[in-house]
Amino acid sequence: MRLIAIIIASQLAFAAAASADEVIVGQAGKAFNPADLTVKVGDSVKFNNDDTVAHAVLVNGPHESNLGQIKPGDAKSVTFDQAGTYDVKCAIHPKMKLTVTVQ
Amino acid sequence: MRRLLRSSTMIAGLIGLGFATGSAIADTQVASAQPGDADIAAMKKLYERPSEIPFPKDNAYAPAKAELGKTLFFDPRLSRSGVQACVSCHNPSFGWEDGHKTAVGENMLSLARNSPTIINRAWGEIFFWDGRAESLEKQAVGPIQAPGEMNTPMDVLIDRLKGISGYQKKFDEVFPGEGISEKNIAASIATFERTIVSAEAPFDRWVAGDEKAIGDDAKRGFVLFNTKANCVSCHSGWTFTDDSFHDIGLAATDDVGRAKIVPGVPELQYAFKTPGLRNIDQRAPYMHDGSMATLQDVVRHYVDGVQQRPSLDADIKAIALNDQEVKDLVAFMQTLTGQDRPMTLPVLP
Repeated sequence: MRLIAIIIASQLAFAAAASADEVIVGQAGKAFNPADLTVKVGDSVKFNNDDTVAHAVLVNGPHESNLGQIKPGDAKSVTFDQAGTYDVKCAIHPKMKLTVTVQ
Repeated sequence: MRRLLRSSTMIAGLIGLGFATGSAIADTQVASAQPGDADIAAMKKLYERPSEIPFPKDNAYAPAKAELGKTLFFDPRLSRSGVQACVSCHNPSFGWEDGHKTAVGENMLSLARNSPTIINRAWGEIFFWDGRAESLEKQAVGPIQAPGEMNTPMDVLIDRLKGISGYQKKFDEVFPGEGISEKNIAASIATFERTIVSAEAPFDRWVAGDEKAIGDDAKRGFVLFNTKANCVSCHSGWTFTDDSFHDIGLAATDDVGRAKIVPGVPELQYAFKTPGLRNIDQRAPYMHDGSMATLQDVVRHYVDGVQQRPSLDADIKAIALNDQEVKDLVAFMQTLTGQDRPMTLPVLP
């Protein structure tokens, strides 16, 4: 009986993990692409730097993150664990903006 | 809320459409010594003046609010000592700077950085040399309270203004039912600051089609600016700034700039916000540390003065300019100053 419970629990955990998605956001021409994004709680967003200059992603909203520098060709990810609206910008080029809505 | 600019020869253009950086044109033109008319026309498009001043929805323009902000801006009673006003460091006679290498604060002590202009900040994305304020409203009340600058705690300032009947009346008129508060002091000063817009300059008349508005040297300088010298990679748009942060290879000091505000980003070490270039020949000395006395010094810095280090901006590359090209770039920058209407002094309550 205990073994069955463990198996069911692990399957549920696997299902939860499988439902979380990774969404790609590009950075090129000193702009995020797309500039607006809606994801689910638990999803992660991967920021690819396809630009010729470094960027640095700041996330402000229900939780805040400083992803640090992302050099051309590199990528960094952040997971959105809380619902809400997040303003994302580049700390180097503040005109680079992205709004992430987490549902 | 937008306010129409008054110049009769202003070029129509919607604010908020954004200005391309021009880097694509620069890349194209580096290989071409003599761009054609179509290339120059495309470059000019990057710098067309807007026709309206943008005001945020949560702090809409009102003439009385701007006038109240102007009164506060010129009032030395906003400083603890009672001798320094906002205008002490942002003086219209010096292109809204102060002519000093670095600003002078409380007790006449020198501060670490050159006073930045308030010209065209209505179009600003982020404020202060290090971007520590994300709105003009937040910027406006920063220096008032900073211990080294005007050194007036907000509660002290509010009590002081409440003791001046003329201010009570003005705040009640502009903010009915609210009166004197930090929010309303900030809103008033920011609204006034947004009305400070550089006047139409010879460069603008040239962009609009008057070929005689600027000299051949300035026209050559404009092409250099957008091509070989690649100044446009940072000094973009009609205000000539990308509002971004760059290490341009000045002498390293204890002042690490934006890196102090956003730690963990090597690129931001010694990085400061790109200053706009409007009215630039009225705004010496130059750079965040006031280390350069003339525009020629500034241009020559990019020829042979850049200090190499890991944080140096990727767009700062050695450029070979001869003496004539340096002069041409300076001549171009000198066409960015118009005849601003003289600022009248307010009568303080």
